[in-house]
Amino acid sequence: MHLAYPAVLAALLFSVGVYGVLARRNVILVLMSVELMLNAVNLNLVAFDVWLRDSLHAGQALTLFTITIAAAEIGLGLAVVLLLFRARGTADIDKVTTLGDPAESTVDIEEAPVGAEALKGRAAA
Amino acid sequence: MNLALPALVPALPALGAAATLAVGKRVPGLARPLAIVPVAVSAVLALVVAIQLGSGQSLDVATRLTPTGGPDIALAFHLDGYSSLISVLVGLVATCVQVYSTAYLKDDPRYPSYAALVSLFTAAMFLVVYSGDLIVLLVGWEIMGICSYFLIGHHWETQDARSASLKAFLVTKLGDVPFLFGIFLLGADAGSFRIEDVLRAAADGQLGHPTLTALLLLAGVAGKSAQFPLHTWLPDAMAGPTPVSALIHAATMVAAGIYLVARLLPVFLLSGAALVVLAVMAAVTMIGSALCALAQDDLKRVLAYSTVGQLGYMAGALASGDREASVFHLVSHGAFKALLFLAAGVVIHAAHTNSISVMSRMPGLRKRVPDAYWTMGIALVALVGLPPFSGFFSKEAVLTAAEHAANGEALTNGVGPASAVPQAAGWIVLISAGLTALLTAAYATRMFLVAFHSPATAGAPATAVAAGAAGAGVSVPTAAGSSDHEAGAPYSPEVDEADPATAEPPAMRWPLWVLAVPTVGFGVAGLRSDWLPALLDGGSLRPSAVTAVTGTGLAVVGILLAYGAWRSATARLGAGQPAPAAAGRVPEQAGSPAAEVIAADPGRALLGPLFDPARHGFGVDRLYGALFVRPVAAAARLVRFLDREVVETYVRGSGVGANLLGRAVRLAQTGNAQTYLSALLAGVVLLVVLVAV
Repeated sequence: MHLAYPAVLAALLFSVGVYGVLARRNVILVLMSVELMLNAVNLNLVAFDVWLRDSLHAGQALTLFTITIAAAEIGLGLAVVLLLFRARGTADIDKVTTLGDPAESTVDIEEAPVGAEALKGRAAA
Repeated sequence: MNLALPALVPALPALGAAATLAVGKRVPGLARPLAIVPVAVSAVLALVVAIQLGSGQSLDVATRLTPTGGPDIALAFHLDGYSSLISVLVGLVATCVQVYSTAYLKDDPRYPSYAALVSLFTAAMFLVVYSGDLIVLLVGWEIMGICSYFLIGHHWETQDARSASLKAFLVTKLGDVPFLFGIFLLGADAGSFRIEDVLRAAADGQLGHPTLTALLLLAGVAGKSAQFPLHTWLPDAMAGPTPVSALIHAATMVAAGIYLVARLLPVFLLSGAALVVLAVMAAVTMIGSALCALAQDDLKRVLAYSTVGQLGYMAGALASGDREASVFHLVSHGAFKALLFLAAGVVIHAAHTNSISVMSRMPGLRKRVPDAYWTMGIALVALVGLPPFSGFFSKEAVLTAAEHAANGEALTNGVGPASAVPQAAGWIVLISAGLTALLTAAYATRMFLVAFHSPATAGAPATAVAAGAAGAGVSVPTAAGSSDHEAGAPYSPEVDEADPATAEPPAMRWPLWVLAVPTVGFGVAGLRSDWLPALLDGGSLRPSAVTAVTGTGLAVVGILLAYGAWRSATARLGAGQPAPAAAGRVPEQAGSPAAEVIAADPGRALLGPLFDPARHGFGVDRLYGALFVRPVAAAARLVRFLDREVVETYVRGSGVGANLLGRAVRLAQTGNAQTYLSALLAGVVLLVVLVAV
């Protein structure tokens, strides 16, 4: 079999993965797109291993490692998503921007103590 | 001779100054002895040194102070007749002033520092007089400058004293910078800073640039001795206490410039141009200051302008090549001008005012201060130059020197060839000195008559102030005295030093009579050629017949003119008509019109239209203000603007720029992970494309 088939397939898979990571909103789908990209790489590894007739089959061995690490990574990722959903009630990646630093945040910082005192006052009431 | 004696003369007052500063505040009882004793002892030592040295001798000792790589600096003494004579004068005047100050500044809280500065000043003057090395001389010269600054600013609470002290410091420093370069030039040409080496080099013709050197030195002399372009500090320096005026601004410090030229006269004789410059300087100073003195209302300012004029006489004698006459006049002037200032201090102390027109309305002022009245009269006669007082002989010596120089046979007494003095210098000095003799007589007469002899009834129709003065009998309310002094005068009377009950304490009376002795008798010393002239260069100090008759005649004419003008002014005043020019002056003197209108001032009649410019020093101060002070102030404002608005803008801009940049970077931090990843991908693609291409 010619190398072009698996290479093109891998490129297509990778592109679909990139699109999914950059464009999907659902965190689960983003994780799945990451898996697509990883598997595109795995496909490449196996195909080139065969194509180069590597006596040690380093490509196939590395693929095993990648699959193992991807399984662990997806476990961690799903756990994070689960906790996020429990805390925020959403799995939408656009809504999770708390770690950002928007330009108007100086105003927010200055106003923060006022809000905190208001909260405290409410608690006391 | 034991070398410890001349070394102790400058050292003792310096140690006394240190001791007074150290313990004067803590142990007030010690301040007075510590101030008087060292100065008095070094005065005695100066006399002993002078006697031991004898006349016609000179002594040079030197020990190398420090190797400089160039000409060495040596701690050198050069003692001769000149230094002996002047050191005795300095010792005498300084001792009198210290004794006088104990009474004059009796209640002054800053007396210890004042006395220490006067002692330090005396030490510096001794150092200048005894030094045989130009650099060491310069040290003493500058110490005197800084002491003068502090002492003029003694009453630093008043704005006038502060600005006067600053002005004196800056103006004398302006002269000292060229002076320093003149010394360097002398040292470079002669290969040594020792005065005897410099003089030897001058005699051998080794000095490469005599005119330049002499002119540079003259700048320093003009600053220190208050000659024409740089004279403006001296009248303002009267803001200091009166004893300081007597010591520094009449007898000693201003004499340092004259002494230096006398010391280095062979250098000046190498350059006819420098002598003509000196003569013109002296002539302008003499005539201008005499005119100013005729118009001043303030007792001390009259005396200050008179000092400037008499220094002009000395400079004129030097320009005529006769340093004997110059130093003769220096010493006799030192005695009678110190006496004049000390007597003026007593009068001001008693009258609570500096203004002679206010004094003229005080009945019986001369009876309250009889000693000051008589000694001031004696000193004024000496100033005018009537025989047989000392001023007559010394002034005639100057006139004789100028006459000989004008005839081309200058009395250089072996210091240089007579042909070295240009005849023009002699003529300039002779004519201006004659004119000044007339003016001096006029202003001295005017001052004496207005201050002491105005009829007391003249005040009767005038003002409540005068009525209050008459009613109070002996004392005038201090407030009236201090408000009546000339408006615009750069100082106020020394209210804190006035105590009407004791007008003439003994400590203030005896120095007057001590100084009156040389004022009366010193002139005779110049008559015999084996007395004073033998101590100096050995020439003749006898007055010649022509100048004696002319000079005395001019002085008598001046006295008569002033007396006549005073009589007619008094008569007009008695008739109830103010002097014709007075009406025009009222708006200017709006603060105290009464003092101006009722005083019978002969100066106004004598000077006519010149009176107003002369009263304000011919606008020299205003001219300097426009030429120098305002441009400097404008430059300072420009620098301030550049610093505040330009340099600081860059500093602030760097901070603002960093802030703006930070805000721009923060815009990218949206918190959206997909945006970050998109940017990352774009970067990777960009890098790949760049690497591939």
